[in-house]
Amino acid sequence: MQGLLAWVPLLPLIGFLILVGIPLFYRREPPESVITVIGVGSVGIAALFTAVATAAVFWQTPSGVVNIALWQWMQLGELKLGINFHVDWLTLVMLMIVTGVGFLIHLYSAGYMRKDPDFRRYFAYLNLFIFAMLTLVMADNLVLLYLGWEGVGLCSYLLIGFWYKDPVNGTAACKAFIVTRIGDTAMAIGLFLLFYEFSTLNIPELINAAGDPGADREIITIATLLLLGGAVGKSAQLPLQTWLPDAMAGPTPVSALIHAATMVTAGVYLIARMHPLYTLSETAMTAVAIVGALTLLLAGFSAIAQSDIKRVLAYSTISQIGYMFLALGVGAWSGAIFHLMTHAFFKALLFLSAGSVILSLHHEQNIFRMGGLYRKIPFTFLCFTIGCASLAALPLTSGFYSKDQILLRAWEFHQGFNSLWLAGVLGALITGIYTFRVLFLVFAGSEGAASRHCKDANTPAMTIPLAILAILALLGGLLTPPLQAVFGTTAERHPAAWVEGVAIAMPLIGLGVAWQLYRREKKTGEQRSRVTQFWFSGWGFDWLYDHLLVRPFNMLARLNHNDMIDALYKGTAAFSRQLNTLLSASQNGQVRWYLATFAAGSILFLALLVAL
Amino acid sequence: MPIETAPGLEAGILLASTLFCLGLAGLMMRRNVIFMLMCVEICTNAAALMFVVAGAHWGNADGQVMFIFVVTLAAAEVAIALALVLQFYHRKHTVDIDQLNDLRG
Repeated sequence: MQGLLAWVPLLPLIGFLILVGIPLFYRREPPESVITVIGVGSVGIAALFTAVATAAVFWQTPSGVVNIALWQWMQLGELKLGINFHVDWLTLVMLMIVTGVGFLIHLYSAGYMRKDPDFRRYFAYLNLFIFAMLTLVMADNLVLLYLGWEGVGLCSYLLIGFWYKDPVNGTAACKAFIVTRIGDTAMAIGLFLLFYEFSTLNIPELINAAGDPGADREIITIATLLLLGGAVGKSAQLPLQTWLPDAMAGPTPVSALIHAATMVTAGVYLIARMHPLYTLSETAMTAVAIVGALTLLLAGFSAIAQSDIKRVLAYSTISQIGYMFLALGVGAWSGAIFHLMTHAFFKALLFLSAGSVILSLHHEQNIFRMGGLYRKIPFTFLCFTIGCASLAALPLTSGFYSKDQILLRAWEFHQGFNSLWLAGVLGALITGIYTFRVLFLVFAGSEGAASRHCKDANTPAMTIPLAILAILALLGGLLTPPLQAVFGTTAERHPAAWVEGVAIAMPLIGLGVAWQLYRREKKTGEQRSRVTQFWFSGWGFDWLYDHLLVRPFNMLARLNHNDMIDALYKGTAAFSRQLNTLLSASQNGQVRWYLATFAAGSILFLALLVAL
Repeated sequence: MPIETAPGLEAGILLASTLFCLGLAGLMMRRNVIFMLMCVEICTNAAALMFVVAGAHWGNADGQVMFIFVVTLAAAEVAIALALVLQFYHRKHTVDIDQLNDLRG
């Protein structure tokens, strides 16, 4: 069983290596079917192994902790690092999400990306991503985790810029890479600080050491805040959220896999994994909660004003991850991971059905040019509706259970009414508004400009994953992961009935508001007031960063166009060249001239001798 | 056994210097390689004369030995130089030294 778990991350890696190495053995590009078998199959088998291993862990070891030591990575003084996996229920849940949802999205991709000239490169990147993500969630030390962390960042970059011939995509890829790098730098410093203080980066050892009463609380606070910085960058939270909407430049299944279901939730996983450290620092917990609350509101408002179907979903992803951060900040660890799981289901479903819509409309993404699609592509409509219901947390869908849990914990955490809970409830309302606004604009009413050319583009490879994800999005709420072993049990308390009532009512109110909004927008078309324009631009963060950082930096770069340090070297070169012209002028090839200078020199020398 | 020297030495040095300067000036001014060689000859002879004068002054035979040496050297030099001049003429069809500037920087 341990062997099976070790194979889980290795299989996608092997798939990646085969896909990359094919040109070494074959001249011709292999047919798409072969690539599909390798690319999708490797992840499929990994998912199968995960399922078997999970069942085995579940039956054999109730505590559910499995350690797998593969080999020693490096040893530097006190620092011993191994390629070792630490698998507990938190890891298993993440494994199931990454391999399970990952497999479904791979399968969908085989249909979505058909006839793309770079089909093989696409699956190679996707397999590499799965490998990196699995390394991230299975690592037993923070350095190995960081390796996976950077690996997924690299794959995100490669896949956002997958259609690299359009410079816009390349810019978006660079933006994602650079912005997350800011967070990663903070995280690296956090790792250094933790190692400096505790002399270990092994996660269980670190948690033990930090739990010691003598541990320096201030260092823990700073380190956890720095780790939060890394999480904020990777999970696109305030203030580093600007890269995610632009990341939609990649293929839609990539948005579903990396920028919704798995990679962007890595920050949530990191904080959940390090939760014993966070519980030691109230400052860090508050910071996590506030970041989450602010992000979920700001991104929610931005989502209301978008007109690109994928950007709506991107902002909603930011907002939903904000919920997870809020949950982490109020100590609802299981709630955060539960929401991570249900979010992976319904957001993958939403993105994939949005992909079907986009493909059916020949790459039209503007929701104001859609409309009335429920008649043309009923299956996609059904899937999208289920996804929307779950995202908006309508009762009995999976999103409802997870979000309800978060809101209740937020209420309990501060013993009653508080701003975090209010933010969550308001967020639920906004979620309802933007979710159903998109649903209505895309599928309801009369046909839009682009709807006339709609042709159902779903192939079996696409419908099967959609159907499975739809079932999961509906019923995923029943799959409560057994995370008590990791996070401990929390006493079940039931707040007043009206608190639950509010949580149930909010999405329904949002639905009503969305209907009104849809009626108005259908008449006016794509028009924005100054407020919605502000929301549309993502609260002006791009503008702010552009003026605050990008332009001053470019100005400095322009000022220093002739590199100051370079001047030293260039000066040396210029001096040598001057000397060269001077001296080569004396080498004029005239023997008599040489003789004259020789004579003059001799006379000068003799004169000097005489004078001295 | 020193013979009477003082005026002879000065006159000898003067003569040798004049000869050398004449040779050097000719070397610098002439462009014809043949004439330049002859100027070199004058310079060598000035030096040889200086040896003789110095030998006479100190009553030492070394000066005359050196003279013979210098004459031999001059003969060898002329032999090589004339061969070079022949080659030069063969290639450039001229004996103008200013045309021989292929190594200018």
